[in-house]
Amino acid sequence: MSGSQSVLFDVPGPRTRRRMAWLNLLFGLVVAGIGALLLVLLARKGQLDAALWTPFLEFRTWESFLVPGLVHTLQAAGLAIIGSSVFGLVFGLGRLSELRILRVVSGTVVEFFRAVPVLLMMIFVWLALGFSGNRAIDPQDYPLIAVVTALVLYNGSVFAELVRSGVHGLPRGQREAALATGLTGPQSLRSVEVPQALIAMLPALVSQLVVILKDTALGYIITYRELLQEARQVGSGNGNILQALAVAAVVFIVINYALTKAAPWVGQRMGRRTSGRAKAEAPSLVVATRD
Amino acid sequence: MRRRTVGSAAALAALALTLTACGGSDEPAGDAGGEETSAGGGETIRIGIKFDQPGLGFKDGDDYTGFDVDIARAVAEKLGYGEDQIEFVESPSKQRENLLQTGQVDMIFATYSITDERKESVAFAGPYFVAGQDLLVAADDDSISGPEDLEGKNLCSVTGSTSAQRIKDEYAAGTNLLEQPSYAECVTALTSGAVDAVTTDDIILAGLAAQPANEGKVKVVGNPFSEENYGVGLPQDNERCEDINTAITELIEDGTWQQILDDNVGVSGYQANEELNPPEVQACA
Amino acid sequence: MRALDGAYLDQFASLFETYDVPAAFWVNIKLTFFAAVLSLVLGTVLAVMRISPLPSLRWAGTSYVNVFRNMPLTIIIVFCVLGLWGQLGVTLAPDFNENFLRLAILGLAVYHAAFVCEALRSGVNTVPVGQAEAARAIGLGFLPTARLIILPQAFRGSVAPLGNTLIALTKNSTVAAAGSVAEASGLMGTMIEFRPDVIFAIFFTFALGFVLLVIPVGLLTTSLSRRLAVAR
Repeated sequence: MSGSQSVLFDVPGPRTRRRMAWLNLLFGLVVAGIGALLLVLLARKGQLDAALWTPFLEFRTWESFLVPGLVHTLQAAGLAIIGSSVFGLVFGLGRLSELRILRVVSGTVVEFFRAVPVLLMMIFVWLALGFSGNRAIDPQDYPLIAVVTALVLYNGSVFAELVRSGVHGLPRGQREAALATGLTGPQSLRSVEVPQALIAMLPALVSQLVVILKDTALGYIITYRELLQEARQVGSGNGNILQALAVAAVVFIVINYALTKAAPWVGQRMGRRTSGRAKAEAPSLVVATRD
Repeated sequence: MRRRTVGSAAALAALALTLTACGGSDEPAGDAGGEETSAGGGETIRIGIKFDQPGLGFKDGDDYTGFDVDIARAVAEKLGYGEDQIEFVESPSKQRENLLQTGQVDMIFATYSITDERKESVAFAGPYFVAGQDLLVAADDDSISGPEDLEGKNLCSVTGSTSAQRIKDEYAAGTNLLEQPSYAECVTALTSGAVDAVTTDDIILAGLAAQPANEGKVKVVGNPFSEENYGVGLPQDNERCEDINTAITELIEDGTWQQILDDNVGVSGYQANEELNPPEVQACA
Repeated sequence: MRALDGAYLDQFASLFETYDVPAAFWVNIKLTFFAAVLSLVLGTVLAVMRISPLPSLRWAGTSYVNVFRNMPLTIIIVFCVLGLWGQLGVTLAPDFNENFLRLAILGLAVYHAAFVCEALRSGVNTVPVGQAEAARAIGLGFLPTARLIILPQAFRGSVAPLGNTLIALTKNSTVAAAGSVAEASGLMGTMIEFRPDVIFAIFFTFALGFVLLVIPVGLLTTSLSRRLAVAR
């Protein structure tokens, strides 16, 4: 029923249109009223004082704190998406393997890591590194390693499901034709099915990037110096932590909104190059536990 | 078929490239590590400090400020390390022992209290300051003069704080405790009146109170209920302990110590406990 | 890693006497349950707004989804505590700790309502146009059409994505740790700090706890989505 919202109601006539204009106005006033009330309450607490917001107009705040924080956020997200792709490919192929044992092992790993909260894994890896007493890794890197590892385990498992559902989503004829030309099953998987499945999963990968980016913010709890943490640092220095977090939230919303819009676009461009369906969403855990 | 394989591989590679490009372009977090794990003896000295405690150890862009930082600089200078030979490393409370034991820092100046328990795994020089757990309250609040006044009131501290636990165990069991990731959040809650007090070591509170944004809004109660000897954390097999003790004694005697204290937390009106400060350094083990 | 001998297991078991693990999980279950109910209500309202005839309502619904879906949950939880309670003095319960639990529930609900709304919209898309046309033909207005014809079918068609949102919510309930709520992930951190020697056993206990919470939800929604699917 997409794009057919108008079916739910009549095309408004002149009287309805006038009534709708009034309702629009009324509703707008209600929203504006709530907004104004919030602002007044915040202003009464002194949270709107210019002094608390002006630091964000200074170049230094961005240069020394927010931009490095954003770079760290993107760095963790970038590493996580590369790691997840590798993890997803390996375990996705594992789940498609002809060997039963490989399928079972990959399936268990994937379902396990999809069910465990990312934050739980982050805290665990972070503390485990701290108590490991190793000399090879700089402790300054522990938070980054913990953030990336947790994100890779979770999102890699999501990608593994994407690979699998992508291959299952291909028309049967693809595999049949490959086998008919004399390729073996694994060969067909490698050079016919998986490449097409990967293209089909690109849009979902872009949407998953939003999930990864947002989840890097959990690094806040384990001292990773990402955007939120740096915003807190600004807030610690200027006594404006709420304002700093609000600015960080806006940065997150803008980036993620752009990515959300990019996913369908990638889907359209890539859709032509695969016989599979390009999906913008990761497959659900619910559906995947069965088929 | 082959073309498709190549095409998709290229697409993935391009994606990966874009991502690495935006992720790893400048100052990768891992840069400091790896090459320099064998600290000590070299040209530079790695000093562990806090990054998020204004007035004590605070990373302000590329600069570091605070009482701990300035004392560390002065001690390092006496040891023969110039400003550009110091590398500051973030050392969160939970990782201090680990950092020293694995040799990833040479010494730590990070509100590090000397305790017998810690002495089992690390060594200490100093103390260079004696702090006490205390309370930070609103500037116009006269109802709280010590931890026993907190019964039924709201208290804020960082998650897992020993100071808050002590208050609940020994002074006022009916205290409502709000746990936050850092003190900055606590001070925000204090200035808005959501909590009545913030607790931790008095000098940390003074550092918070000395921030321009909080000036005149909050005050340190000045009734410490514990004694925290801030020491310089060192690996157990170190050769620096005696030299550091000498340096600290000199800094105290020539007035530098007082100067550093005043510069960093003086604005808040906070006075260090004069019976205990400046402290007498303990003999090295 | 130490061998899994009797002494190791004994030490590990003694941890459960010191720390109340089931109680921590119970907090996560409470967070999840109440946030799920609240976000379902809020999400349904949002979904109706997004398909309503009034442009301003549609716009408000869309903005809500775009803002809250793209914002890290951590920030929302911190805002609930420091902003709503800390600045505006919003108190949801007389008891100090219960208040933070409810603030966290509010934060979780506000965030997941955006996802519930999107799940319902995808469900609306599975309803054939003919259903709405038929409803209109017998003279139903927008709200009766939505309430009697579209939404009941949409709910049945969106069981799977709704189940996914519920699973995400269950796992995200750990983020309440940022809002001064003593739940499972926080307890795990404390336990590891005091007993690093049994770190792996502790992690697997908590991980398994979540697997046991999540898998039944997954199986239930799968079977529900099959049973409830509208045969067309």
